[in-house]
Amino acid sequence: MTNLSSQPAANAQTPSTMDLVNKNLAKRYRAEKRFKAYGIAAILFGLACLVILFTDIVSKGHSAFLQTYVYLEVTYDADTLEIDDINNPQQIAIADYSALVKASLRQQFTDAKSRKERRNLYGLVSNGASFTLRESLEDNPALLNQTVGVWLLADDDVDTYYKSRGDDKADAFVGRLVPKQVAWIETWITNQQIKKRFNTTFFTSGDSREPEQAGILGAMAGSLFTLLVTIILSFPIGVAAAVYLEEYAPKNKLTDFIEVNINNLAAVPSIIFGLLGLAIFIGYFEMHRSLPLVGGLVLSLMTLPTIIISSRAAIKSVPPSIRDAALGLGASKMQVILHHVLPLSMPGMLTGAIIGFAQALGETAPLLMIGMVAFIVDIPGGISDPSTVLPVQIFLWSDSPERAFIERTSAAIMVLLAFLITMNTFAILLRNRLERRW
Amino acid sequence: MNENDPQISQDITNLITVGNAFSEHAKMSMRNVNVFYADKQAIHDVSLDIGKNEVVAMIGPSGCGKSTFLRCMNRMNDTIDSCRIEGDFRLEEDDIYHPNQDVVALRARVGIVFQKPNPFPKSIYDNVAYGPKVHGLASSKTDLDEIVETSLVRAGLWNEVKDRLTAAGTGLSGGQQQRLCIARTIAVGPEVILMDEPCSALDPIATAKIEELIAELSQNFTIAIVTHSMQQAARVSQRTAYFHMGKLIEVNDTKKVFTNPEHELTEAYITGRFG
Repeated sequence: MTNLSSQPAANAQTPSTMDLVNKNLAKRYRAEKRFKAYGIAAILFGLACLVILFTDIVSKGHSAFLQTYVYLEVTYDADTLEIDDINNPQQIAIADYSALVKASLRQQFTDAKSRKERRNLYGLVSNGASFTLRESLEDNPALLNQTVGVWLLADDDVDTYYKSRGDDKADAFVGRLVPKQVAWIETWITNQQIKKRFNTTFFTSGDSREPEQAGILGAMAGSLFTLLVTIILSFPIGVAAAVYLEEYAPKNKLTDFIEVNINNLAAVPSIIFGLLGLAIFIGYFEMHRSLPLVGGLVLSLMTLPTIIISSRAAIKSVPPSIRDAALGLGASKMQVILHHVLPLSMPGMLTGAIIGFAQALGETAPLLMIGMVAFIVDIPGGISDPSTVLPVQIFLWSDSPERAFIERTSAAIMVLLAFLITMNTFAILLRNRLERRW
Repeated sequence: MNENDPQISQDITNLITVGNAFSEHAKMSMRNVNVFYADKQAIHDVSLDIGKNEVVAMIGPSGCGKSTFLRCMNRMNDTIDSCRIEGDFRLEEDDIYHPNQDVVALRARVGIVFQKPNPFPKSIYDNVAYGPKVHGLASSKTDLDEIVETSLVRAGLWNEVKDRLTAAGTGLSGGQQQRLCIARTIAVGPEVILMDEPCSALDPIATAKIEELIAELSQNFTIAIVTHSMQQAARVSQRTAYFHMGKLIEVNDTKKVFTNPEHELTEAYITGRFG
């Protein structure tokens, strides 16, 4: 230090260590801030993408949860229906209810003269309306020969027009509607004969060629059954495999070979698993196409590597001291695994399994291979009923030309996301329950 | 060890154990034990008896093989694939490494307490009850309650935990955890308790409590204890075995080892010239 004070000139030219450090320090802080900013930017970018995605889906899809209905005065005319005995359920069942709707429409709009015009007029009401009429007559046979006002399902073109119209007629999406049809709809609007109601059909029916009658329930049931098969098969098998590989398998070439293969399988494109399922389950075992059972088997194969890898990591993370303690007390290997290793690693295993199942729920490609892409109207009642799944339903609808399917596609995406969030929430709650707080 | 010290940098290949390695009332007797980890030999031709109700301390520098030897006494080293064990281990008349010897039964007779307290992430009660449950020692809930209470009393922990038996065992302090581990071990009713540096993770007060406990337990159990603390060996044990580089150098009465060791390596170690 005496040196420095005796040479002030040199000191002025060469900065002291502290000056250098301070100068550097500012630089380091700046670098630190930049580094942090990169991270924040990445998160903001991700969030922005998510917000855009959700806004887009919700803005397109929310209208699908409402459906346009038309108010018509319908006369349950016994002659038109050809019912002579009201107590005969068969007569009620086979009667032509669409004739009632047509009669009602003709009555209101007398300007529809030609055959073509009449066809246009009848097209304004969905052919699903006749089912509504039949049900109400079945419920209340006294309606026969009565005239009542009913709200009937409108055709998808009317639905699209009415939803897009807003307050100004000019904004409306006309699409396939001819000017005369638009005029009729406008009459309904002025008469307040048309309104939007909650679209229960969307949640209670299967697929349909008619957008106003198409629902998501079939695909939801299909996804549920497929996922059920996947969970029941892949979780126990995956955990058992992981336990064997971690706890029992000798450390040799064969075990290494198996390990490498499992890691590779996790990276195999999912469509390959679909082809495998097609060849083995459908080709060799001659199972039927489009079954949730086959879908579940294929998705199990696809999910297994993920579950095995994450379960092994979870088992590895159990402290060896716990194993030693149990072994030292005279617990057998199986007891050590069942009493200590599995309970302690279960939360970790579940985390991996959740990721695997979420992936399986959103999987489309392998299911196309095994025929789950079919058009199926009936709602599956079990794992051996032909069905489709949510992502495939989204794929099918997004491919349909009717404009009303656009909003239904977005709505189906929302349902799939809700399904996913529900499932994950349940799994996370389960995991937190199992996680020891000590 | 210090290679520059001419007195102790000597060839150990021809060393033989000095002192008195054998006991008239041997509970456990080990003869000509060699242990290998893969190709590396960790224990060289060690013979040692542990007398009934005796506390034998095993001391020596790090890596001298004392813990390995202890773990071989209830076959804890079976879990290490590369470990190969030669020699004769007997618990009274039974051959510990006989192919027909059941490891589970052996560990019920020879319990072990580890260096780091390792209670299960369960309640205090469940920690102690685990061993008896696994071996089916209790026929009823009352029986089990009694075993748990007796074990905790004998481990000197009962008064501290009797009001919170359902609390987590891992929530106790380090010393309490180690006494819980001892209670857990004695709940199975072993004949021999092996202790692998049981106090090395504890503070002096907790250590003193464990040492008191060891003295009490020696009335009913045979104890082999590995320790790094020579004071501890001197306080708790009747005989002391000194290990050096996988060899058993000297076994003698504890008093003799610490006041008048026969072997110069022992003397070098206890006077702090290496270790």
